[in-house]
Amino acid sequence: MEIKAIGCEPLQLKRMHIENGHTLDVYRQTGGYESLKKAMNMTSDQIIDEVKASALRGRGGAGFPTGMKWSFVPRDSPKPKYIVCNADESEPGTFKDRYLLERDPHALIEGMLIGAFALGVETCYIYYRGEYKYLIEIMDRAIEEARQANLVGKNILGSDFNCEFYTHTGAGAYICGEETALLSSLEGFRGHPRMKPPFPAVEGLYACPTVVNNVETLTSVPQIIEMGGKEWQELGTEKSGGTKLWSVSGHVKKPGVYELPMGYHDMEKFILEDCGGMLRDDKKLKACIPGGSSVYAMRADQIIGKNVTLDYEGLVEAGSMVGSGGFIVIDETVDMVDSTKNLTEFYKHESCGWCTPCREGTDWLVKIFDRIWAGGGRPEDAQLILDLCDNIEGKSFCPLGDAAAWAIQGAVKRFPEDFKKHLLQNGNGAGTSGS
Amino acid sequence: MATVATDYTNKVKVTDEVAEFPESVVEEMRSHLTKYPKDRSRSALIPLLFVIQRERGYIDNPGVNFLAQFLNLEVTDIWETATFYSMFNMHPVGKYHIQMCKTLSCKILGEPELTDHICSKLGIKPGETTKDGKFTVTRVECLGSCGTAPMMQIGFEYHENLTKEKLDDLIDSLE
Ligand SMILES: Cc1cc2nc3c(=O)[nH]c(=O)nc-3n(C[C@H](O)[C@H](O)[C@H](O)COP(=O)(O)O)c2cc1C
Ligand code: SF4
Ligand code: FES
Repeated sequence: MEIKAIGCEPLQLKRMHIENGHTLDVYRQTGGYESLKKAMNMTSDQIIDEVKASALRGRGGAGFPTGMKWSFVPRDSPKPKYIVCNADESEPGTFKDRYLLERDPHALIEGMLIGAFALGVETCYIYYRGEYKYLIEIMDRAIEEARQANLVGKNILGSDFNCEFYTHTGAGAYICGEETALLSSLEGFRGHPRMKPPFPAVEGLYACPTVVNNVETLTSVPQIIEMGGKEWQELGTEKSGGTKLWSVSGHVKKPGVYELPMGYHDMEKFILEDCGGMLRDDKKLKACIPGGSSVYAMRADQIIGKNVTLDYEGLVEAGSMVGSGGFIVIDETVDMVDSTKNLTEFYKHESCGWCTPCREGTDWLVKIFDRIWAGGGRPEDAQLILDLCDNIEGKSFCPLGDAAAWAIQGAVKRFPEDFKKHLLQNGNGAGTSGS
Repeated sequence: MATVATDYTNKVKVTDEVAEFPESVVEEMRSHLTKYPKDRSRSALIPLLFVIQRERGYIDNPGVNFLAQFLNLEVTDIWETATFYSMFNMHPVGKYHIQMCKTLSCKILGEPELTDHICSKLGIKPGETTKDGKFTVTRVECLGSCGTAPMMQIGFEYHENLTKEKLDDLIDSLE
C-alpha cells in the first residue's frame, strides 16, 4: 500500500515514513509542539481567525468550515466545554485516519491542544471505533509521553492552561461516526443520533458545549498555525483550502493513502497514473465512488476526459461529493447490481433503527436486491427501488438515511444497463449466486 | 448495530447470579471510571463491556448483573447498550474469532471466495463455531483497512492483503 503526497510537500503525511515518528522525541525533532507554543502566545480570536483564513473544511464527511464551527462555541458558558475527536472511521473505503493515528499521534494531540486553548476546553476525548484497539494503545502511550513533558495535564508548559486527554472506544457501529450518535455512545447509550438543533457546539457531550472534529481536521491545525491560515489555504483553492488525504482502494495497482493539494487536476490522472492505473491491464475503469460509499458513484465517462478537479466544488460539479475522500475504484468486471446490493446490506446492517424510513426502507431494499439476485427481478424493480430511496432521502432522522439513498439511487440511475440485465422479464432475470 | 436474530420461541433464562472478578480486574474497571465526570459513570459502559467480554468470553447474564451493580444501573440499561453494538457477542464464540470484512472494496477483491475457502476448510458456515470451540467465522462490515483488501480481523488483530495461501498458513499456525 502506498502512503505518499503528490503535487505538494507532505504535510499530513510528513511523519509517515520517519522511523519512530509516533514518539514524542521524533515529533519534536521534526517541529512538533512548536505550533502549540506559538498558539499559546495568541488570543482565542487570533487562533480562530487563522483557522477561518485557512478555509479548512471538516474532513469527516460533511465538510463544514472548521473555523466557523469553533466560533459557535459560547465563550461565557459556565459549563465545562469539550473537544471530541471523531476517530470512528467506519465509512466504507476510508482508512486515512488510521495511518495518522498509528504514525503521528502527537499531531492529533497538538491539534486538539490548540483547539482547547482557543476555546477554553479542559477535557478532550478521542472516540475510536472499537476495532482500532491497537491504535488506542498507541495513543495512550503518546498521551502519557506528553504528560511527562508537561504538554498534557495541569499548567501546560508552565502556563495556567490545563487540559486532560482520554481515549474512548466504540464497539462496532457505523452510525457512531455521526457526531450526535457518537456523543450518545460516549455517554454509554445506544448510538442513536440526537435532534439538531441544539448543535453540539452549544449542547453536546453531557449537554455541554462540544466541538466534534475528525482526526484529519485536527491534525491540520498545527500546520495552519505554523504557516499561517492564508498560506495554508493557498496550497489549495480559495474555497477548499490546504491539502487533503484520499484513501484509495479497489481495482487499482497502488491502493493507498494519498495527500493531494485541494484542486488537484485531475481525477483521471489520479486514478490511471498516480494510483498505478487499473489493477488488471486488460480491464477498463467502470466506476469510481470518490467519497466513501455514501456518495453518488461516478461512471468512467464522467471521469475520463472530463477534467474533474479534486476538491469540494469540482466533485459536486462532476456529479458526486468529497465525502470522506474514500475512492473505491471499480473495473468493468463488476456488476453494479451486485456492488449496490453489497452496499445496501451495509446500510441495512448499520441503520440504527431509530426512525422508520431508514430502518424499514433499508430492510425492504435488501429484500428487493436479494430477490433480484436470486433471479426474480421484475421490470418495475428499478422504479420501485428509486421510490423507496425517495421515501428515505430527506425523510430520515439523520444523514445515514440520505447516504443509503444516494449510494443506491446513484447506481440505479447511472448504471441502468446493469439493472436492465436483471430486470428483463418478470421473475426471469439474469440470476447469479453470490454474496 | 448488532442484528441479533430474536427467536421468541427460545426460552430466555434469566439468572440473578452475579459474576465475580479478581481484584486486579475490578481495579482495571475502576480505572475506566476516572476518565469521566463523577456523575457520568455510565460513559464507562462500553469499555467495561469489553472487559466483561474478555473475562467471560461473551456478554453473559452474570457479567451484566455485575456491571449493573458496579455502575448502579438497571440490568436492562446494560442490555440496552450491549445489544446495540456488533462487537459484543451475546453468545460464546470460538477461541479465534475470524471476522471477514465483506464490504465493497474487500468484496470486489475476492472476499466471497476467501470466506468460502476458510469455511469449507473449517467445516462451518459463516456465523458458526467449530465443534472443538476453536474457530468462529463471521462476515462483518468495513474494518477501515480497504487499502489492503481483502482483509479480516482475528480478535483485534488485523490480517491484510489476504490470499488463500496466507489464510491457510495462518489458520494452520493457530494453536
Ligand atoms: C452516518 C454517518 C457516519 C459518519 N462517520 C464519520 C466518521 O467515521 N468519522 C468522522 O470524522 N465523521 C463522520 N461523520 C461526520 C460527523 O457527523 C461529523 O460531521 C464530523 O465528525 C465533524 O467533524 P469535521 O467537521 O472535522 O469533519 C459521519 C456522519 C454520518 C451521518
Ligand atoms: S436515518 Fe437511520 S441511522 Fe439515522 S436515525 Fe434514522 S434509523 Fe437511525
Ligand atoms: S471494505 Fe473491507 S476493510 Fe473496508
